[in-house]
Amino acid sequence: MFVLTHDRIDSTDLRAAVSDHGFGALVVFEGVTRNHFEGRPVERLEYEAYADMAQAEMQRIRDETLQNWPSIKLAVAHRLGVVGLGETSLIIAVGAPHRVEGYEASRFVLEAIKSRLPVWKKEHYSDGESWKANT
Amino acid sequence: MPVVIVHYFAALREKKGRETERVEFDAELQVGALYEKLFPSTDGQVVPVAFAVNKTYVSADYVLSDNDEVAFIPPLGGG
Repeated sequence: MFVLTHDRIDSTDLRAAVSDHGFGALVVFEGVTRNHFEGRPVERLEYEAYADMAQAEMQRIRDETLQNWPSIKLAVAHRLGVVGLGETSLIIAVGAPHRVEGYEASRFVLEAIKSRLPVWKKEHYSDGESWKANT
Repeated sequence: MPVVIVHYFAALREKKGRETERVEFDAELQVGALYEKLFPSTDGQVVPVAFAVNKTYVSADYVLSDNDEVAFIPPLGGG
């Protein structure tokens, strides 16, 4: 399950998508919009995606994740458009038999998203704006 | 003449003032060379980019074919 949406996202559906009676761990990561960048107050953030390629790239990330951790289930949602401060922009839900696979797979997916998913973020300040790159 | 559709995003979209562009070419053309053609360095600040063709990352020396969907990928900010 991969959702790319302009609506608010929450973890309910993602948790359901990765639940399994045989699993002992459910790892839910949420990325939340920060209110400052290098001391500058941020008023709002805006995300933009190359949606078709994001779907294709997320499928590749999912395939690699399941090769490494075959026993897990994965669901991801990324929000687009204007996102208010303190709101959730990304959710990664991993269901796993045990905690170790759950944490490892979740971290792998997060780093892959940050380095490969074609999504961009613009920060708006009271006195300007800038495209903010992941580091 | 072969043609590619170029997609612009984020800072590059703002710089071009458009989301897509149809570009014709006659001789063999690599995707990196197409970027240099569309964003000459005399044009001021050139954002570092990666390249995608038909929704897959490729290297700068990828040789374009007729009807390829090209995207210049400026530094990512997802998450």
